[in-house]
Amino acid sequence: MAYNPQLNANGELQHLLTIEGLPRDIVLGILDTARSFLTVGEREIKKVPLLRGKSVFNLFFESSTRTRTTFEIAAKRLSADVINLNVGTSSQSKGETLLDTVANLSAMHADMFVVRHSQSGAAHLIARHVAPYIHVINAGDGRHAHPTQGLLDVFTIRHYKKDFSGLRVAIVGDVLHSRVARSQIHALTTLGVPEVRVIGPRTLLPANVSELGVHVFHDMAQGLKDVDVVIMLRLQNERMNGALLPSAQEFFKNYGLTPEKLALARDDAIVMHPGPMNRGVEIESSVADGGQSVILPQVTFGIAVRMAVMSILAGNT
Amino acid sequence: MNTATLPDAEELLAALAGRMRAEAGPDTALIGIHTGGVWLAERLHGLLGLVQPLGSIDVSFYRDDFGSRGLSPRVKPSDIPFDVEGADVILVDDVLYTGRTIRAALNELFDYGRPRRVRLAALVDRGGRELPIAAAFLGAEVSVPADRQIELKRSAEGRLSLALNAMPVPG
Repeated sequence: MAYNPQLNANGELQHLLTIEGLPRDIVLGILDTARSFLTVGEREIKKVPLLRGKSVFNLFFESSTRTRTTFEIAAKRLSADVINLNVGTSSQSKGETLLDTVANLSAMHADMFVVRHSQSGAAHLIARHVAPYIHVINAGDGRHAHPTQGLLDVFTIRHYKKDFSGLRVAIVGDVLHSRVARSQIHALTTLGVPEVRVIGPRTLLPANVSELGVHVFHDMAQGLKDVDVVIMLRLQNERMNGALLPSAQEFFKNYGLTPEKLALARDDAIVMHPGPMNRGVEIESSVADGGQSVILPQVTFGIAVRMAVMSILAGNT
Repeated sequence: MNTATLPDAEELLAALAGRMRAEAGPDTALIGIHTGGVWLAERLHGLLGLVQPLGSIDVSFYRDDFGSRGLSPRVKPSDIPFDVEGADVILVDDVLYTGRTIRAALNELFDYGRPRRVRLAALVDRGGRELPIAAAFLGAEVSVPADRQIELKRSAEGRLSLALNAMPVPG
């Protein structure tokens, strides 16, 4: 098997950097474990002692509220000590290199780093340089990957659809700039979803996206026909008025999810969104808040999935 | 493997149910410990005609050897479908050995609430306790070599039996 920097000598997960190339059994193991953590979140005392005495450093070089918060809650529910660092505002601005920052935090006896960075490959770089007992989780690197988001999305799909084998899944919107979309595509194909579609304007789809094993649609009505799952992507504000798109209104007209467009999907189709949503840009409020939306359950499931990832990593030495 | 020395699990189950009958009231709730304890709890629930819904616990998140063995890939969700606060609970396990599984189960149980009383029922006790834990209800005491593991098995028809295996290599 090809060398995979995420796996230790026993083939167990040492770091979670990307879903690409992860063995199917490891992905399924994370989803199975997350199911057990879901019941922990429903209890009176939502804490288990697995990571007692461990220190988890949330290392966010790029701002994020939801992802950082759900990682923090996940670590706390595992009884870890959590240290949140908004690095963009401190050491980095004083000129310290990424690896120096990490070396200093390691000297403070960190056991796990959760890393978000605007540069693709930042988490890989850190994983290559930390001591062997330290685990690294990629919480989003540039346009490359956001593996825990991809995992929580397939967890959500499994929760509602039970089985991946007969599914049609459509990912809609700005795939080009989306690390979330890339992680979703790898997770879905790893789990054997037979038909993954991407829907968007030519300017927002990567030129070679079909090489990832997906079907490309530029027309929303064709792309949504008979799908079981609709995943809407966030359209980032800075894309709306640039050269890639004429306007937010134009985008909504063609690719915004409305009740009429959703009616083209299967009657029992679910609607997902990684958040934060732009209501009226990629999704209409009546759909976001409607009966087919599972956008808020995604957030709840995200905590269970991150608890699973952290506890599996911490147990693999 | 030598299974001749192990008693018949179905006979032990009947004896265990007999010992529990006078002590299990209408408010008594059973919680089986995965996996063998859940099978036993299901059978005992029927044999004793209990009315409280049956619970199950997987102690993987509370084990004291997580640091050396990691997380079990086969962890199952715990399911306690009644209010633990003030409940009269009987934990059910197949083999009582070091007592560490029961310690973990008690810790998990208390994260659901404060039970009024907790007792332990086990099909067999093989000795070797490393913690101050004892069963209130027992099928039988058995003696097996330290390098052997007793496993409860369930056939497709639901019949229970005990088997003696080599102790799994820690890792």
